[in-house]
Amino acid sequence: MTIDLTQYDTQHFFDEMLVRPNRARSHTKKLVALLRKMGAEELAQRQAAAELAIKQMGITFTVYTQEEGTIDRNWPFDIIPRIIPKSEWDGVAEGLKQRVQALNLFIDDLYHDQKIIKDGVFPAEVLAKSKNFRTQCVGINPPGGIWAHICGSDLVRDGDGSLYVLEDNLRVPSGVSYMLENREVTKQVFPELFEEYSPLMVDEYPAQLFDTLAELSPRKEAHPEVVVLTPGIYNSAYFEHSYLAQQMGCELVEGRDLFVDKDNCVYMSTISGPQRVDVIYRRIDDEFLDPEAFNPDSMLGVSGLMRAWKAGNVALANAPGAGVADDKVVYAFVPEIIKYYLDQDPVIHNVKTYRCMYKDEMEYVLANLNKLVVKPANESGGYGMLMGAMSTRDEREKFAKLIKRNPRNYIAQPTLNISTVPTVVGKTIEPRHVDLRPFILSGKKTLVTNGGLTRVALRKGSLVVNSSQGGGSKDTWIVEV
Amino acid sequence: MTMLSRVAENIYWMSRYIERAENLARMINVNAFLLLDLPRGFRPGWKPLVEITGSLEVYESRFKNYDERAVVKYLLADAENPGSIYSSLIFARENSRTVRDVLPRWVWEQLTELYLFAQENLNSGVTKKGRHAFLKRIIESSHLLAGTCSSTMSRDEAYQFLRIGRNLERADMTTRILDVRSSNLLPEEQTELRPFESIQWMSILKTLSAYHMYRKSMNTHVRRSDVLRFLLQNEYFPRSFKHNLLAIEESLNQLPNNEAPLQVLGRLMKKANSSHIPGLKQQQLHAFIDELQLGLSKLHDSLRATYFPTLASQQQQQSAAG
Repeated sequence: MTIDLTQYDTQHFFDEMLVRPNRARSHTKKLVALLRKMGAEELAQRQAAAELAIKQMGITFTVYTQEEGTIDRNWPFDIIPRIIPKSEWDGVAEGLKQRVQALNLFIDDLYHDQKIIKDGVFPAEVLAKSKNFRTQCVGINPPGGIWAHICGSDLVRDGDGSLYVLEDNLRVPSGVSYMLENREVTKQVFPELFEEYSPLMVDEYPAQLFDTLAELSPRKEAHPEVVVLTPGIYNSAYFEHSYLAQQMGCELVEGRDLFVDKDNCVYMSTISGPQRVDVIYRRIDDEFLDPEAFNPDSMLGVSGLMRAWKAGNVALANAPGAGVADDKVVYAFVPEIIKYYLDQDPVIHNVKTYRCMYKDEMEYVLANLNKLVVKPANESGGYGMLMGAMSTRDEREKFAKLIKRNPRNYIAQPTLNISTVPTVVGKTIEPRHVDLRPFILSGKKTLVTNGGLTRVALRKGSLVVNSSQGGGSKDTWIVEV
Repeated sequence: MTMLSRVAENIYWMSRYIERAENLARMINVNAFLLLDLPRGFRPGWKPLVEITGSLEVYESRFKNYDERAVVKYLLADAENPGSIYSSLIFARENSRTVRDVLPRWVWEQLTELYLFAQENLNSGVTKKGRHAFLKRIIESSHLLAGTCSSTMSRDEAYQFLRIGRNLERADMTTRILDVRSSNLLPEEQTELRPFESIQWMSILKTLSAYHMYRKSMNTHVRRSDVLRFLLQNEYFPRSFKHNLLAIEESLNQLPNNEAPLQVLGRLMKKANSSHIPGLKQQQLHAFIDELQLGLSKLHDSLRATYFPTLASQQQQQSAAG
């Protein structure tokens, strides 16, 4: 059975493979030809082979439920790679570097002189009500002035075909291990497509991450002891923590493996006795990092870690307090932030964002609630949002009240027509919505992954790409055309 | 490259729990056959098995009698009994999850498979009909895991902790089985039961998969004094007490800071070499085995203090070192 692309219904969305049914884009011609040649049966067999490989390779994510305890689920994956022309990607990568550079300058400024506020570019009241600003970090100078060493920014392609930044994750962004494993699986099941295209490789990432971390070491003379700090096996990203530790050749530690001694240095307990730790790639949120400085009930953290960090005896990546820039209101100011610190125009644009703290913008939002998406400043994973187009009158009234009560806490954006890509559904292919999370490393050099993690909403019409809610992922190819 | 204390401890316990599950499986299997061989009035039933696992009190607080079904279920499938096969596999798997980055992938996958098999087949495992196949699978999987470790792991620190855990658990089980099975099976004086005494000692050997090797090595029929000598003092049989201690010694020699545990081990070895063993009467044997068990527990304490210290004690140690 052949694959019938005349039935591939792109609706009114921008599809990344087809301009319209049965008509490939210039950079996807070779993919479309291969899919046609392969036929439906073969495609379904390859998909099954990929799923088997994922099971055998133990690529999982962890779900924790009250009833069943911890379950490792196999990582949902679609075999058709998403193809992005290098000419487009080069611009995106430049834009991401620019963005992260400006955000690091912004965070450093907030914890020091706050010039951007004094100069009237960034409102003091946004900072005053920031949930992730850590007073414990004021005046601290992390190496190189860099706070967010690892950043994951979420991009979406709108109806006009351009990529926009939807949000920045500067605390503990996850997903990079799946980006790497997706490539491994695709090599196994789709080798002939690699002959048609030569996608840029992605697997330098663990080495680059290690170098970025190692250069933060406070002890310049010694071979640095870099560790990955995980909350433990119940964390949904435990697979990734274990994977990255293994790939970098580092110890995977939990809070209970570390302690801070009277000399304000961090040690890990080993079978040969305590051993000094230089750099901690921490995958634990700020609040749980150090019961002495933050949440006293935390069982995950290390007592005294902030003391050791302030004394410059250990490096933490990302630095505590970096999450201040995750705030969605800060996001709305990124164009101004780039202009202020770098005197440049942003290369990649934000999605048009209305800030309810400004009276005129709030009035527009309240008058157009049925067309907008309203988001609270500091929630992630889609919690506490209003999808205006699908909302009831009651919901809109509830949100109008919430916004008026606390305007600073809300932003609104137009409903986006997020792009689609071809995805295997049974024995045929159909368009499904996707986003893209590239990862940016900041150190002496700034590095952007070639592509990133493409997440795909596997359910028809769905925009939810989270793996816990029916989302899957795809390999992402940056190709010379 | 060194090794985190927690990782060492998790590997050690993972290994002990896998070994424990296997020992329990063998013990249940052999008991069922033993009962078929003994005269009606002297069948010791299933209580001794609960006694071997050291949980008589807990058992009696939950169950009225020691009938076969209740005991087998308790030892095989009861998640509330921390000494059951099922619990041992849960603990083994939990320990393995936190050391996934240190174990060869196959080891991790096989353990997961074994755990899932047990979980899915608990119900048939406790039936008379399904029991044998269930226990056989547990024993075979444990052997498969040991073989995979042996043929895929470098002889690094992780491997040494795995080996120490396995051998310590074996030594522990050998002494427990000797203690319980030698004391309460048959009254010592009743001469008309003599023929059955060899059946009793044979079952001990079979529980430890030792019957065949005993015949080969001791070149004699099954006799109390020789069985004791074989199971406690034979250097070459992999489940004899002495062999287990020698294996632990070999592994300790590969590890740093081994002075304290080697010292404890040396004292225990001396005890195990005692020439009085074959002649020990029932009460004396019981007391002697108590001493061996105490020695094993001291060895475990010494391993813990040396390699898996609590943070507080390690902090103290570090401050003292300056």
